[in-house]
Amino acid sequence: MTGPREQFRPEDHDNDHFLLTSVVGSYPKPKWHDRARELFEDPDADFDEHNWAEAKDDAARLITQEHERSGLDTVVDGEMRRNEMVEYFAELIDGYEFNGRVKVWGHNYFDKPSIADEVEYGEEWLVDEYKFTSSVSDRPVKVPITGPYTLARWAFNEAYETTEDAAYALADLVNEEIERLVDAGCKYVQIDEPALAQYEDDHAIVGECLERIADGLPEDVRLGLHVCYGDYSRIYPEMLDYPVHEYDLELANGDYEQLDVFKNDEFTKDFAMGVVDAHVAEVESVEEIKDNIKKGLEVVPPEQLTVSPDCGIKLLPREVAYGKMENMVQAAREIEQELDEGEIDVVGGQTASAD
Amino acid sequence: MTQVVATTAGLFPLPDWAKDELSRLKGHQKSDLVSGDEGPEIVDAYDRAREEVVGVQTDAGLDRVSEGQLRWDDMIAHPLAVADSVETRGIVRYYDNNNFYREPVVTGDLEASGDVAGELDAAAAHVDSGLQAVLPGPYSLADLATDEHYGDEAAFLDAVADFLAAEADQFPNVETLFLLEPSLVENAPGEGADERASEAIDTVASAVDADVVAHTYWGSLDEKVYAHLMDADVDAIGFDLIADHEETVYNVQEYGTKDDVALGLVDGQNTLVETPETIRERVEWFVEQTDGDYDTVYATANTELFYLPQNKFEAKVEALADAAAIEEVEA
Repeated sequence: MTGPREQFRPEDHDNDHFLLTSVVGSYPKPKWHDRARELFEDPDADFDEHNWAEAKDDAARLITQEHERSGLDTVVDGEMRRNEMVEYFAELIDGYEFNGRVKVWGHNYFDKPSIADEVEYGEEWLVDEYKFTSSVSDRPVKVPITGPYTLARWAFNEAYETTEDAAYALADLVNEEIERLVDAGCKYVQIDEPALAQYEDDHAIVGECLERIADGLPEDVRLGLHVCYGDYSRIYPEMLDYPVHEYDLELANGDYEQLDVFKNDEFTKDFAMGVVDAHVAEVESVEEIKDNIKKGLEVVPPEQLTVSPDCGIKLLPREVAYGKMENMVQAAREIEQELDEGEIDVVGGQTASAD
Repeated sequence: MTQVVATTAGLFPLPDWAKDELSRLKGHQKSDLVSGDEGPEIVDAYDRAREEVVGVQTDAGLDRVSEGQLRWDDMIAHPLAVADSVETRGIVRYYDNNNFYREPVVTGDLEASGDVAGELDAAAAHVDSGLQAVLPGPYSLADLATDEHYGDEAAFLDAVADFLAAEADQFPNVETLFLLEPSLVENAPGEGADERASEAIDTVASAVDADVVAHTYWGSLDEKVYAHLMDADVDAIGFDLIADHEETVYNVQEYGTKDDVALGLVDGQNTLVETPETIRERVEWFVEQTDGDYDTVYATANTELFYLPQNKFEAKVEALADAAAIEEVEA
């Protein structure tokens, strides 16, 4: 057991083994929610701040309960209140400004913000989101936060000498936000650092950011790190030194080609492995997902394995997203049962057990 | 006396209205990107956008006016992406940026399409003087593409150089041609390839009756690559002083440079807008460090400018023009 994990085991959990099931965060928004945003942004529409707040609450309640219904052990509100993973935070942090859209490719654009001044904690980021989500669910709530390195790297940096300096300043703010979340009762935080996969050479900078983030947090708060679509051999095993309990990694998309990367050195933390693809609009069967989960057991023993989709699933049709979660949970429960019954040989962590 | 000429390396952001209009007309998928045979509505939108960015430059007082390369969905791989005998395949990362282009795969003999000449013809109608053409340098274009036809690296580079020369041959009268060669820095040619890269640049440069600048960026050149590039018959070599001014100055101190020089003085990838005074100080610093008696210093952004939002792009163009104007007053 690594870190504070057992607290997420549901009281009515049927099996001795427990594979923590979770999601990365984002989830398709209901169509009416998009319509509500359009109305809110339309100056001619009779749709005020109060109406928009209610629409966000409704969507957050709906998706949190959809997560709960699928059987997930930890839930998220699907990031219903967030527009985009950098923009959302940049709007709340003092020091950022927006100048307009920039091209990513073709006619796909990103409202890339500028760090125009030293960053300071402005408006609260996620405490209300956390409190609301907790109030509408009996399950523990996981809070995903875009990491400081990504917040720095995916912005124009006008104010700091280097991206590294900007990332450290932002890390202190993330630490402050997590302390507020912890005060509100939060026990599970995931730091999203997709930019690390783009600049693997900066893994030491991300490590220093995480040191700042973890500083002073109570021991029973579970900290995860999500990275996706990168070359993991360039950050592993070094990343195991990061002060987090869990690494959430995309692997289904690449058909587990990179799985061997994690076998050469013992995976000493929890492994949250992507077992469904976030960019394929077909629901994987329970059998297929079970095979994927077994691949995770080649890396770590069951008490270190978390089962999760590859990445945020907001781009999928909603019914497909739900189907993936439901099958994922069922697959995890069946694997637990098979483990209980000694039907699966666990080789993960070089501690072959069973018979 | 040194003349400071304000210009850019081209590839501008679309005006915001054109981002919306073209995204509606074209769509968001790989197959929706420019292929060279756009319908009349799309052509019209690009025409209006081109006229606008030409106006931004002339209003600012830039000395060289670029067409803007607004249609270049595939960034500097564009001339191949719209050519025959080239398939555009998956989306791949554009150097180290959070930008992507379609991988052009050459499957047959390359032939010029006249696509870039067509853009310049359209721009020429709005430009009285100082029209500047922009093309990828042959080494960078070959580097971004995949060859499934010519078979070996040297033959492919030659073919790409001949292809670009044939494109340039169709240009209307232009004052300057910028050949963008970031790959000389980002994926530097090794032994033998460095010499061929220089010869390939020669091939393209000799196709136009204009001043030719071989512009490099995202760092300084390896010494040997630079030494070979000096053999190319171009009027100026362009340097990225934002990414690495020290090594660049060292190269010029050691190996000299052409009578003209292009200096990347404003950051094409940061919204912080340099003041005209800062830009001018950077020019003076470089001239002093290299003890140069240059005929012309092209004051430019280090990279393409499409990385910027529209307002900052316009501000940078104005800053460059103003910097050159300061110099003229005091000279």
